[in-house]
Amino acid sequence: MALVELRNISKIYYVGDEEIRALDDITLDIQSGEFISIIGPSGSGKSTLMHILGCLDSPTKGTIQLDGTLLHNASPAQLAAFRNRKIGFVFQFFNLLPKLNVLQNIELPMVYSSVPARERKERALNALKMVGMDNRAKHRPLQLSGGQQQRAAIARALVNNPRIVFADEPTGNLDSRTGEAILDLFLQLSREGRTIVLVTHDPEIAAVTPRRIEIRDGKIAKTLDPKLAGLETK
Amino acid sequence: MNLLNAILVGLKEVWAHKFRSLLTMLGIVLGVSSLVALAAVLNGMENGMKEALIALGGLDKVLLQDQEVPPAQEHLADQAPGRTMNDVYALQQCAPLIKLISPEMALRGVIMTRGDKSVRPSELVGVWPAVLDMNLHQVQYGRFFTTLDEERANNVVVIGTGIRDDLFGSPEDVGREIVPLGDAISINGQPFTIVGMFTRYESEEDKKMREYEKTHPPATLKGPARRRGWSGRRGSWAFWRKNYTAYIPLNAMWLRFRAASGANDTPDPTLTDIDLKVASLNVLEPALQQARNVLMITHKGIEDFTFGTQEDAVENINSAMRNARMSGGIIAAISLIVGGIGIMNIMLASITERIREIGLRKAIGANNASIFLQILVESVVIAVLGGVLGLAASYALVYLLTVLTPTQNSPVISWSAMLISFAFSAFVGVLAGLYPAIKAAKLDPIQALRFE
Repeated sequence: MALVELRNISKIYYVGDEEIRALDDITLDIQSGEFISIIGPSGSGKSTLMHILGCLDSPTKGTIQLDGTLLHNASPAQLAAFRNRKIGFVFQFFNLLPKLNVLQNIELPMVYSSVPARERKERALNALKMVGMDNRAKHRPLQLSGGQQQRAAIARALVNNPRIVFADEPTGNLDSRTGEAILDLFLQLSREGRTIVLVTHDPEIAAVTPRRIEIRDGKIAKTLDPKLAGLETK
Repeated sequence: MNLLNAILVGLKEVWAHKFRSLLTMLGIVLGVSSLVALAAVLNGMENGMKEALIALGGLDKVLLQDQEVPPAQEHLADQAPGRTMNDVYALQQCAPLIKLISPEMALRGVIMTRGDKSVRPSELVGVWPAVLDMNLHQVQYGRFFTTLDEERANNVVVIGTGIRDDLFGSPEDVGREIVPLGDAISINGQPFTIVGMFTRYESEEDKKMREYEKTHPPATLKGPARRRGWSGRRGSWAFWRKNYTAYIPLNAMWLRFRAASGANDTPDPTLTDIDLKVASLNVLEPALQQARNVLMITHKGIEDFTFGTQEDAVENINSAMRNARMSGGIIAAISLIVGGIGIMNIMLASITERIREIGLRKAIGANNASIFLQILVESVVIAVLGGVLGLAASYALVYLLTVLTPTQNSPVISWSAMLISFAFSAFVGVLAGLYPAIKAAKLDPIQALRFE
């Protein structure tokens, strides 16, 4: 069974009388351990797809099953718990809280899953080590460079050991060299067995992932499946 | 997110905007401190009023007074016995709920002289020693009457300090305390020996005024020396009256001053007053009933007496204080509510400036309840800190009031006022945080994360 199963997902907005189909009948499986990119121009619906995959939004039609649980009629509190334990987010603008230091920022997801303080600190330090930032634990986000901030944000996404990590344009706000370093970090995490979904508009970035899904006008326009392309290494 | 975490985050948030939080708290600080200080000042005033009441004999004192016979007994009016020693003895024997009985025989229009000085006492009364407990007198110098004085109707007198001041000179004028024990004075021409003198009775205000004038002498009064009349300060006539009291033995009064009155070759035996003290305020009504039953027998069923208590005086004080507390409390409550509106305002501004933070917290797993709790706790933290500062400020305010008005009754800070105002400030914090917290909890995480 796939880690994520989307079946006939549609998301429809109404602006006045006009119907806008942000997503139109999307069916998609993501296997555990995959590194996958969702690519598409702005307005294509890729962000909406990510929000639905990330339990931030719910579809108008269709079913979504995440890690064996059907998210059909989940309450907001259940969705929040899901985001907390099963999902990690990395954003374009890092979204670190400026008033907290790096370590406190990374502890934040565990605060909401009621992990005791001592364990929180330990796990946050481990996560920092994983992204190579353990010497910056006491710094404030604004004292760090963009790349360092994004590493801290990745550590925050990983700290609760999620089943899947979503990265929304993670290199969009970085220069190309730091961006590459961040992509290398994702590749390394992927090799360690993490499931990662990269959302981007940039085909060059999408090129690093074995599997690519192109969204256009709310539909899956093209997929590059490593199995079909003969690129499967495993 | 548990409560402790939420409180810590709230404190951090307050600390991160020190000045803004302080300004926001100010409304609560002023509200709480004015409420506590107001209650303290009112407590001081109440103490002043009760002081005067106690100077008149305390709350459990009951006066047995004369009354016109009721219309139905009009034809028996000439047989009405009036209040006599018979009643006193009967009550002593038969009314156990009356714990103290003080018969009094007063003489009006008295003049006391010594040499060329004279004074009119507020009252010259023939009494039993029971009067000391009844009217809460304290003999500071010398002694009170003994049974022997009573039996022999000795010409001895115990005076208040006011009489001493007028006949011998007051400590303020002569610079030392004169204790005229053993000196003779004449009362309406009859020689009496002073055997005792009471303490000086004064209200807290008068005492403070006197002490204040020691260090800050008042401006010298112009013109020839003269009496300037009663200053009209609250309750001070009760103390004046007490200080100008002169007591002599009951029998001395009866024999010396009433010898020529009365019928059947005996001096007029009617008493001018019988004061009673009940065993306890809880049994006031049964005790009065008991006394009435006894008196109806000694008065042969003629109802020529009635009772007077201080209940109404106490009720007046209580209702005046209730009104003052109510109006002051409402004003302070309004200022607390205004403070609460300030908190709500700042919380609304604060969540607007933290929309992205709230979105992020939701994205990483905060549910609506924890966001709600976080904002609510922040608001309560501001209000409660304001409340604590307000309690501290109220002490400063009360101190300031004591310094500014050294001769007034000192304000008394009460625990109940502190507790009520603190609880109210916390309640205002909850109320003020409710709307911003609901607003923050309802934010859509996607839109919040996109908010610029």
